Order: sequence, then C-alpha cells, then structure tokens
Amino acid sequence: MSGMVAAKEIVIACGSGGVGKTTTAAALAAMAALHQKSKVLVLTVDPARRLADALGIESLGNEARKVDPQAFDRLGMKPRGEMWAAMLDTKQSWDDLVRRHAPDAATSRRILANPLYANISGRFVQSHDYIAMERLYELHTSGTYDLIVVDTPPSRNALDFIAAPSRMAEFFSSKLLRLLIAPYRSRLVNVASRPFYQVADRVLGSQFLEDIAEFFILFQTMYPGFVERARAVDRLLRDHRTTFVVVSTLEPAPAAEAEFFIEVLTEKGLDLGALVLNKVLPDYLLDDEAARVAARLESAGIASTALASVAAQLGTDPEQLGRVLEEIAVNFSNFSMVASREAALRQELERRPHIVVSAPEMDTDIHDLAGLLKLGKYTWN
Amino acid sequence: MPRCVADLLDHQLVFVTGKGGVGKTTIAAALAWLAAERGKKTLVCDVDARGDLADLYEVGPLGFAERQVAPRLWAMSMDTEASLKQYLSLQLKLPLITRIGPVARMFDFVASAAPGVREIVTVGKFCWEVKEGHYDLVIVDAPSSGHVVGQLAAPQAINELVKVGLVRQQTGWMLDILGDHDRTGVVIVATPAEMPVSETVELMARLDDETNVALSAVVVNRVLPELFGRREEEVFARLEDPASRRGIESELGGSLESIVDAARLTVTMRRSRTGHLEDLRSAVRPEIAMLYMPYLFSRGSGLRTTRHVAEALAAEMGY
Repeated sequence: MSGMVAAKEIVIACGSGGVGKTTTAAALAAMAALHQKSKVLVLTVDPARRLADALGIESLGNEARKVDPQAFDRLGMKPRGEMWAAMLDTKQSWDDLVRRHAPDAATSRRILANPLYANISGRFVQSHDYIAMERLYELHTSGTYDLIVVDTPPSRNALDFIAAPSRMAEFFSSKLLRLLIAPYRSRLVNVASRPFYQVADRVLGSQFLEDIAEFFILFQTMYPGFVERARAVDRLLRDHRTTFVVVSTLEPAPAAEAEFFIEVLTEKGLDLGALVLNKVLPDYLLDDEAARVAARLESAGIASTALASVAAQLGTDPEQLGRVLEEIAVNFSNFSMVASREAALRQELERRPHIVVSAPEMDTDIHDLAGLLKLGKYTWN
Repeated sequence: MPRCVADLLDHQLVFVTGKGGVGKTTIAAALAWLAAERGKKTLVCDVDARGDLADLYEVGPLGFAERQVAPRLWAMSMDTEASLKQYLSLQLKLPLITRIGPVARMFDFVASAAPGVREIVTVGKFCWEVKEGHYDLVIVDAPSSGHVVGQLAAPQAINELVKVGLVRQQTGWMLDILGDHDRTGVVIVATPAEMPVSETVELMARLDDETNVALSAVVVNRVLPELFGRREEEVFARLEDPASRRGIESELGGSLESIVDAARLTVTMRRSRTGHLEDLRSAVRPEIAMLYMPYLFSRGSGLRTTRHVAEALAAEMGY
C-alpha cells in the first residue's frame, strides 16, 4: 500500500455506508504524512464529530486545516510530511462554483438569490457527488498538496460520483433544457411544442415553470465554464495519478457492493489501487482444534467428577464453571460460523485487486490520531 | 400518550430508514413478513432499487408492478419514471396522448432537475396506495437518513414552491396521510455504534422540524449478547490465566485459548457499544418504542435471515 500511495496524487476511498470509509481515508492520510515527505490532505464528507474535532475541522466550512504536529509528537512520532484535513461543505462549494462560472457579479447574485437555487443546489441530481469531485479537482489543481485522500459521500449507488461530472455536463447541454426555457426567452412557441407547454402549465402551474425557467436561463450563462469544468473533472478521475481504494466489510451487502464496484472500475478502465477490508474477525475463530473443543463442550460438556475437581482447583462452584464453559463454547461456535462466511466472501473479493489489506474489528471507536495510526498500520504495509 | 409497540403494525404506512449499513432493508423485509404472517395484507417497497429486498425474499428482481412473494405479502421496487407515468394518468387524469413523446421526456427531465418532483412521485405512490386502501399496510424501505427527509418533506416543499396547478392540488391529501400519526410512522434503524447513533439523533430532530411525519419506533440492530452475569465473569477471569485452565484442557483433549479469546472479544465489543446504546436511549423520547434486535450470527442473507429477524421482531414486540 505504501508504495502504491507514493505513486499517486489522488486516492479516492469508496464503498457502501457503514464500512469505515471515513476512518480508512483519514488513516491512509495519517500514514502517508507520517512516512512520506509530502503534504497530505484528507477531504472528508461527513466525519464523526469526535474525529472531526481530533483533526481540527470542528467548524463547518471548506477551509483546510493542518493537523497539529504536536498530536504526532504526543504519540512520540515525527512525521516526515504534513497532514491536512478539510470537510466538504456542499452549499458553500456550490456558491463558490456559481461565483466562479457566472459571467458577472450581477448574474451570480441573481442565481444565489433564486428561490429554487437553494433547493436545487441541495438536491440537484447527485449534487453531493458532483460537488465532491469538483472540489477535489479544485484542490488538486491548486497544487498545494502532494497527495489528496478523498472520502466519498454516501450515495444511493456507490458509482454515482464517478458518473456525476459527465452527467452534469450532459444535463447542461441537453436539448430538453433548451426546450424548457425556450418560451420564456422568446414569445415564439413553435407549433410542435405547444401541447407540451399546455400540459406542463396545467400540471405544474405556469409560475413554477417560469421560476424554473428563469433559474435555468441564469444557470445557462455558466454553461461553457461549467461543462468544460465537468469534463476536466472527469479526465482527472481517469488520470493515471488517480487511484481508487475500495473499502468494505465482509458482510454480504457491503461485500456485494464492493464486488460490483471493482467490476465497474475495471470495466471503465479506472485504476483499482487496493481493497481494504475493515472490521475483519480474527483468524483464531477458524481454528479447527478450538472448533472441536467447543463442539464437545456444547454437546457433552465435561464429566461431572472432572468438573468438580477442576472447579475445586480454581476455587469456584462447579455448576457455575460448567455454565461459563458452555457459554464461551457457544459464543465461539457462533463467531466461528460468522468468520467462515467472512473467509468465503473474502476469497470472492480477493480475485481482482493486486493489493488487499485488512484491519480487525477495533475495541473502541476511532476518534483521534492514535486510533487512526493504529488502523493505518494494518493497511499500510 | 405512551405508544404500544404493537401499534406499529396497525399503521397503514411505515417508512424504515437509518444510516447506510445498519440493516434497514432487512428490518423492513422482516417487518413486512411479520405483518403478513399476522394477517395484514402488506406491500413492501424498495426505494433504492439495489435488489437487496428481492434477495431477502429469494425472489427474482422486483419491478414497479407489485408482485406477490408470500401469502398476503406483495413486493415492488420503486421506479420514479414508472411512478410518474402512473401519477400522470391516475392522479392528474392526463390523457394517454400526452404521456408519450416530448411531454413524457419533458417530465422525466423536470423530475430529474426540479426540486421535489422525483420525491413527490415516490412518496405520492405510497400515499396513493394507502388512500385507495389496496393494502392494510405499506412498508417502505426508505432512503438512508441523509435522504429520507427530502422525500418525506416533498409534499410541503412542493406546496411552497408550486403555487398553482394540478401537482399542488395533489399535495393536500398526501400531507393529510403523512401527518396522521395513527396512519403513518417512521422507524429508524440504528446499531450501537457512534455514527448510526448520532445520525439517528439528528434525524429525529429533522423529522420534527422539517416534516409532519411522526417517529414510531427505533430499532437497535445487532445487539451483542451478554455472556456472563457478575459471578460468572469472575469465573471467566480465572480462565483467562492459561495455567488455571490446564485441567480442563487435558480433560477435553484440546486448547481453550481461542475459545477464551473469542469470549473476550465478545465482552469488549459489547462493552464498547454499551455507551452508544445509552446515548441513544437517552435521546429517544420515552413514548417512542425501542426494539432491540440481537446480533444474528448467521450473517447470511436470504429468506432464512428474513424469517429469523421477523421472529426476533415478533418476540420484541410481544407477539
């Protein structure tokens, strides 16, 4: 992993919700900052509050913050690089985008003040996905960072964000958009499209249509810059300096999503850097000898005389000892079953990626640098 | 007024949501299974269309047309385009001719661009099923906590944005159904972990502030079993010393080490989750039912899982 990361400028962590994508991305960034002489940024979308606090990005906003080097010092570590963190503020990013692409200040003011804008920028077709990728592009071209690790937003479909830039470009160049706003540009509605507007008026009301049209007329002024930008973002995703790290647990649903993801990345010719498996149960659960012992404890238990003598040695009540032994045997068998299903899923998933790393289920939540580095160690080498 | 847990199945419309990865589809599938078993004619619908719901009933891919998957149980998968067409013909009474060609495309376009249109045809479909009384209960495997509010608030948003027109006229009865707390409810699924709990707390506040839909229950999924009582814990502490378990090991003809390690893993995992569970419990208003679902060791998928979860739900709901 360390070698792979060293060769890249952008690492995009993807996978379904709840698999530890955010912590994995932050852990990778922390390890890179620790071991590589580079300026590393982790761009996160929705970190847990305590993790955000630990990274120093507790306040909302797009501004990147440097993770306090003393945080490394306190752990007795001397990072070779720097770690920076930023959070994605969707609203702010959209506003910035509008300001950048609008032809003049008056237009950008009108767009920002349009009643539909707030609604649309929040709920636009995959607006989160698009804006995350757009922000990544912005940060990358600024040249400020040697490496950017991105935590992708939770999507309905894990792939939405890959398609988001080209969809956005398509959207703005669509004929229908022009058709929709045409009558509000000129009073000349051609005969062919008249029923179209009649129905639209009846269904949505002309005021709403006018609102939409006004908004899109304004939005279209940004068209050239916007489409060009969306295409550039798309190119960046396909660039050899960009790699995707698929994060998953070994539960059936996330694993299926990860497999699908790996397939599509391969199909689209995008770079699959590594597969990170999180919350993996320990190997000892697959221990055959222990399984035999557990099965014996569950079925027959220990002969009562033997149990009594062992209990006497331990200074405990034989009945209680018997119960504890049975309880831990059942527990072992339960987890052992889960672990063997995990092993089967793992075999399925491991076929394609060159690099597969795994991290165990952690005792505690990861909410500080120490936790990130602990997780990072499992994935780094 | 304190709500009885069993009330949940007496609703007509239930939205099941929660953070991604907590098992909300499984809970929705099992809840529907249980309702059907208990004599309710039930429709369950997958909104994200990832095919997980079909897998949980072990039936082929689901479409927009409802399909019977078990006695009294129908399943479908939301397709906004198909729903829009149904909406146009059934609710807006548009003649067939306008549903083809540029008009249909225009609506597809508006649906993907205009705020709330996609959401309202989704939520509208469920409300319509309730209004028409085709089913006793409609259970929705709704979008995750980040997206569900947009859907539930869509009729209101449309009401505010669209001042006239047929779409606006249609929002009134939807709001009535969604706002009737005896008919409609939200179930949030969480696991005892940091992010699922904090998202649940946030979602509860947003439901209150931004929608007129009431929270009915919180399902805490994947709760690990408590292995020992206090006295047993002391016995276990002794077994953690390798020397003291030699007697048992020679009796059993094998090492206990992995078995003890596995027990310790369970104990620590449970302990680290207890705090989150308490945070959640203190954030949920006392009149809201909390259902605790045990960690399922099968970790499998398919109908077997659905039945297991349905059984556990039934037990927790006091059936």
